Amino acid sequence: MEILLSSAIGVLTAAGLYLVMRLRTFPVILGTSLLSYAVNVFLFATGRIAINQPPILTDTAQGYADPLPQALVLTAIVISFGMTAVVVIIALGAYLSGNDDHIDDQPGLFHGPVDGEEDGAEMGSDLAHQVPQQEAGR
Amino acid sequence: MNHWIVLPVVLPAMLAAGIVLGLRHHIVLQRVFSLAGLVALLALASGLFWTASDGTITLYQLGDWQAPFGIVLVADRLSTLMVLLTAVMAIPVLLYAIGSGWDYRGRHFHALFQFQIMGIMGAFLTGDAFNLFVFFEILLIASYGLMIHAGGTERLRSGVQYMLYNLLGSTLFLFALGTIYAETGTLNMADLALRVSEAVPDQSAGLRVAAVLLLMVFAIKAAVLPLHFWLPSSYANAPAPVAALFAIMTKVGAYGIIRFYTLVFPPGLEITQGLFDTWLMPAALLTLALGMIGVLGAFNLNRLVAFAVIGSMGMLLASVAVFTPAGITAALYYAIHSTLATAALFLLVDVVQSRRGSHGSSLLQTAPPMAGGALVAGLFFAAAIAMTGLPPLSGFLGKLLVLDAATGSPLVWWVWAVVLGSSLVAVVGFSRAGSVIFWKSHASPLAGGAEAPEDTQGAAEPHAPPAPQPALPMVAIGSLLALLVAVTVLAGPINRVLAATTAQLFDPAPYVSVVLETPGKKITYKGEAGAEKAGAAPADDTGAKSGAKSEAKSDTTSEAATKPGGTH
Repeated sequence: MEILLSSAIGVLTAAGLYLVMRLRTFPVILGTSLLSYAVNVFLFATGRIAINQPPILTDTAQGYADPLPQALVLTAIVISFGMTAVVVIIALGAYLSGNDDHIDDQPGLFHGPVDGEEDGAEMGSDLAHQVPQQEAGR
Repeated sequence: MNHWIVLPVVLPAMLAAGIVLGLRHHIVLQRVFSLAGLVALLALASGLFWTASDGTITLYQLGDWQAPFGIVLVADRLSTLMVLLTAVMAIPVLLYAIGSGWDYRGRHFHALFQFQIMGIMGAFLTGDAFNLFVFFEILLIASYGLMIHAGGTERLRSGVQYMLYNLLGSTLFLFALGTIYAETGTLNMADLALRVSEAVPDQSAGLRVAAVLLLMVFAIKAAVLPLHFWLPSSYANAPAPVAALFAIMTKVGAYGIIRFYTLVFPPGLEITQGLFDTWLMPAALLTLALGMIGVLGAFNLNRLVAFAVIGSMGMLLASVAVFTPAGITAALYYAIHSTLATAALFLLVDVVQSRRGSHGSSLLQTAPPMAGGALVAGLFFAAAIAMTGLPPLSGFLGKLLVLDAATGSPLVWWVWAVVLGSSLVAVVGFSRAGSVIFWKSHASPLAGGAEAPEDTQGAAEPHAPPAPQPALPMVAIGSLLALLVAVTVLAGPINRVLAATTAQLFDPAPYVSVVLETPGKKITYKGEAGAEKAGAAPADDTGAKSGAKSEAKSDTTSEAATKPGGTH
């Protein structure tokens, strides 16, 4: 059981780390999901491994499973689920608006003159059409 | 029990929910409520600060559960100081967002802003390590929304980087907390302090791993050198008021380091020997150097300020890494100063960017003079002086304190060399930026060669409607700078307060006793009042059970014995 659990954590972490170092958003998001699975299992293990034991006090119990890590894991699952959902949506937005799902800074970010100009122009026009839209919306 | 402590968390949370649910379509009402909320928050924060200013530590037990079993909020000098700093700094930032119209370039700005404030306040006030994680996540998820506020490809792109980096940071945080829990069986900070100090030698490997992991987590938040990559792009591309608000977020990382490594892993602890002088100090100095070199090398004003943030965090953490009372005092003073200075600079960058029209914040092109350039230039000059640490303003005092605190450190020559050298570099970087933007602006627009047509067009257009330059943004920036002046003028009293804060940090015994000895509801199981929590230390599990049989108390069901679902 210990071997199984620890190797599962190890494999998940290793796979997650490998994927996180990829260059495109999709594998990276998968990698963070794998890492969060790994950490969830790890949190479980921090209460020691107890099988078929109740987490609450009873008169008949022979031993106990630690309830606190289970509560922690629950919190961690909810949070990582929510975060993953948000990151997927925003990554999708970035992909659709930029037509490119590379995760690294785009080449020429350390702006030469041309890029700097594009940047400014884009920002300006962006705001220009954002504001009227909002005003119309209200 | 004093319920005021929980209000800095509850008030923004309720306000944010109310704004989302009820005021979605009323930007004016949103602004009114948001601002009123922040003013109330400032009053609350001042009250808490006042209460804590005589050294009392106030405890708030959520659900009235006693400390190691329930979650607690603790208001001591450091927490209330940071809460007050956040509240003070948030108001001008929000004023700027309102005055410049940033808040309706996308949706839900005010709600997210309030949620972010809630997360920050909670992170400063909580006395429970896992709760700290939860508040970190709250402030992060709000910051994701704020970061991509108003959209745009560049912003979404750096938003994704920022989020993924922070997701990794959160995972690391969970690993650290898991390790701590596995080793000590508790997550309450005060209880951790006790258990770590009693740790037996064969636990020390696990605890040391946990201490290092935790330091890495806070180092990510504080953007220390090898973990700083998320910062420049995200701060540079975030909307200006958001970037200004983020100025406090790096300080949350610094706060975490100061809190955990004075309370849980205090300086004298054998387990964490070498963590600061061998690892954090060189990393902080490199961060400082890299930040200021980045200031010199940036092609863009907003990236320049982002690198200045990295540099100032380096300075702050170099001071923390000395880890003497003087060092922490200097770090706190520098934290106050750099939060205000950074916020002012980010807001100014936005003003410059919007007034330069198509040239944006690029430092490689000269633009025609901007409207109201003299005032903007003056404010920029003042903020740059503060940021680089030149004499009249608080940056200089902060730097002096840091240099003075470093004299006891074995690395003192390194500290002095890097701090002074990087200051010079920063001065050069900022003056170059200021010259390009404000002085060279009078250069002929035709000098730009290929860009000439666009330049003339650009010159003609912004001048035709000199656009109603709203006063509110400048008032907001001005008030941040006025606060900087106040921090400079009142440096003496502030330093006395900070020294008292540090003294309290270096004597954690009262903190621990207040947290653990304040009575509250305990876990009872058939009369075994105050029994070890069932899972507190896995080895004790059977012990708790044998004690449980001692007496019968029929009204307590076994359900009530588990922590969260108490039926009282």
